[in-house]
Amino acid sequence: MEDLILSEGQYRQLLVGLRVTLSVLGWSFLLGVVLSLSVGVMRLSSNRVVRGVALVYVEFARGISSIILLFIMAYAIPILFGFQQGSRLLLASLALGLNMGGYGAEIVRGSILAVPKGQTEASIALNLTPFQRLRFVVLPQALRIILPPFGNLTIEILKGTALVSLIALTDLMQVVSIIRQQQLANQVSDVTGLFVNVLMIYFVIAQVINGVFRLAERALDRRFSSRPGDLPTLGGPATAAAGAGG
Amino acid sequence: MPTNAPEPQPASEVSDKGAAAVRFRGVHKAFGDNVVLRDLDLNVEPGERVVIIGPSGSGKTTILRVLMTLERPDGGTITVGGRHLYHEEGRDGSLRPAGEKHIRSVRSDIGMVFQHFNLFPHMSALENIMLAPVQVHGKSKSEARALGLELLEKVGLAEHANHTPGELSGGQKQRVAIARSLATDPAVMLFDEVTSALDPELVGEVLSVLRDIAEEGSTTMLLVTHEMGFAREVADRVLMFDQGQILEDGTPEEILRNPQEQRTKDFLGAVFEH
Ligand SMILES: Nc1ncnc2c1ncn2[C@@H]1O[C@H](COP(=O)(O)OP(=O)(O)O)[C@@H](O)[C@H]1O
Ligand SMILES: [Mg+2]
Repeated sequence: MEDLILSEGQYRQLLVGLRVTLSVLGWSFLLGVVLSLSVGVMRLSSNRVVRGVALVYVEFARGISSIILLFIMAYAIPILFGFQQGSRLLLASLALGLNMGGYGAEIVRGSILAVPKGQTEASIALNLTPFQRLRFVVLPQALRIILPPFGNLTIEILKGTALVSLIALTDLMQVVSIIRQQQLANQVSDVTGLFVNVLMIYFVIAQVINGVFRLAERALDRRFSSRPGDLPTLGGPATAAAGAGG
Repeated sequence: MPTNAPEPQPASEVSDKGAAAVRFRGVHKAFGDNVVLRDLDLNVEPGERVVIIGPSGSGKTTILRVLMTLERPDGGTITVGGRHLYHEEGRDGSLRPAGEKHIRSVRSDIGMVFQHFNLFPHMSALENIMLAPVQVHGKSKSEARALGLELLEKVGLAEHANHTPGELSGGQKQRVAIARSLATDPAVMLFDEVTSALDPELVGEVLSVLRDIAEEGSTTMLLVTHEMGFAREVADRVLMFDQGQILEDGTPEEILRNPQEQRTKDFLGAVFEH
C-alpha cells in the first residue's frame, strides 16, 4: 500500500511538471478558444476570401499531426526568427492551440448553423448589425451546443500536453521519466506507485475540466428560465389590472 | 436652401411621424425556376392597413420577406417612405445597388412579426423587447425597461416580464413578439400569418392586440392572414394574390363579399369551409 505513496521530493518534482502541464494547457486552451470562435465565424462569412482563408486554416490545423507542429514550433521557428529558448513553453502552447482551433472552429461552425434561421431573421427585423446578431442572439444559443464537445476537446488537449515532453519541456510526463531514471539508478523496479500517482493527477485534472464545463452549461441553461426576483415595475402605484386578454 | 438638400419628395410619400408609404415597382423574385413574384407593382399609402390573402405558395410571405430584406429581389425597385430600399440614388437620379449601410438605414422604418414568433429563447420577455432599443436605438437600460414594461402592459403581459419564451403559451409568445417589434417604433409593420401557428382558443387574444395597434397607431400595416372576419374589420384594402401577382385589389367589402375573379371565389370558398 505504501508503495503507492511517493517521497516528498518526488511529489515536489511532480509539482514542477504539473505547473508546466497546466501552463501549456491554459495557454493552448486560450488560443484554441479564440481561434475556434473567430475561424468558426469566418467559415460562415459571406465573403469568399474570408471563408477560403478559414477553410485553409481548418484543413491545415486538423491535417498536420500535432507532433510535427510541435517540432516546427520548437526547433524551426526559433531558428528562423531568432527566438529565445525560454519561449519554448509558449511555442508549444501555440502548436497545441493551433491544433485545437482547427477542431474547435468546426464545432463552432456547426453549432451556429444549428441555431434556427428564424433567430437571425428576427434580429435582422430588429435592425441589429451582423456583429450584434452574433453577439446577442446567435452565439449565446450556439454556446449551449458548443460547450459539451468543447469539454471533450479540452481533455484531448490535456492529453496532448504530454507530447511537449518530446521537445524537452519538463511537463508532468517528462518528470515521470526523470523520476523513473532515478528509480532505475536506485534499483527500484516497481513502477506501479509512480504510474498510479501520475494517472490520478491526470484523472483529477480531467474531472476538474469536466466539472467546470458542467457548471458553465448549467449557468447557461438558467438563462432559458425565469429571471429570479421581483417583477420589475414602472414605478408609481402598482397597476395590477393588466390581464386583459382571454 | 442648401444646394445639396435631398430630392424633394411628394408630400404624400412621407408623413411626419408614424407611417410611411410602400411602393413596389416591377419587383421580380425567383427561387431557381420557380418564379414567385412576377413584375409586381404594389402601392400602400401611409397609415394604410392592407390585408394580403391568397392560396398557399402564391408568394405572400415572399412579399413581406423581400420588404424586410430577408430575401433580395432579382429585379425592380422598392421604396419605403420615399426612400429606395435596395438602391442609392445618384445626383442625376440614376440608381445603383445600395450598400449595407443604406439598407440598414431604410430598414429601421420596417418591423416584422413572424408566424413562429422567433422570440429569443435565452432572454426574458422584457429582455427580448429591450434588446433593440438598447443596442440599435441607443436608449439607456432604464429607458428601455420602462418602454418594455409599458408595451408588455399594452399587450396584457406585464406580469410575465421575467418569463422566458419557453414558459409562455403560443398566444403570449406572439404578443411579446408584437411588443418587441413595436419597441422599434416602425413606420411600416409586417405581419405574416401571426395567428396560424396558434391553438384556436389563443387566436383571439393576438387579434385583439392587432386591433388595438390598428386603432391607435398611424403605422402602415401589411398583414397576411386567413382570418377573414378580422380582415374585414381592420383592413382598408384587401389584395388577392395568386401566382406572384395581384389578382384583385379592393375594399374588404368588394373582395370578400363580391369577388370578381373565379380564382378569388374558389379561394374564399375553400377558406370559409374551414
Ligand atoms: N427560400 C426559398 N427557397 C426556395 N423556394 C422558396 C423559398 N421561399 C419560398 N419559396 C417558394 O416560393 C413560393 C412562394 O412561397 P411563399 O411566399 O412562402 O408563399 P405563401 O406565403 O403565399 O404561402 C413557394 O412555391 C415556395 O416553395
Ligand atoms: Mg406564407
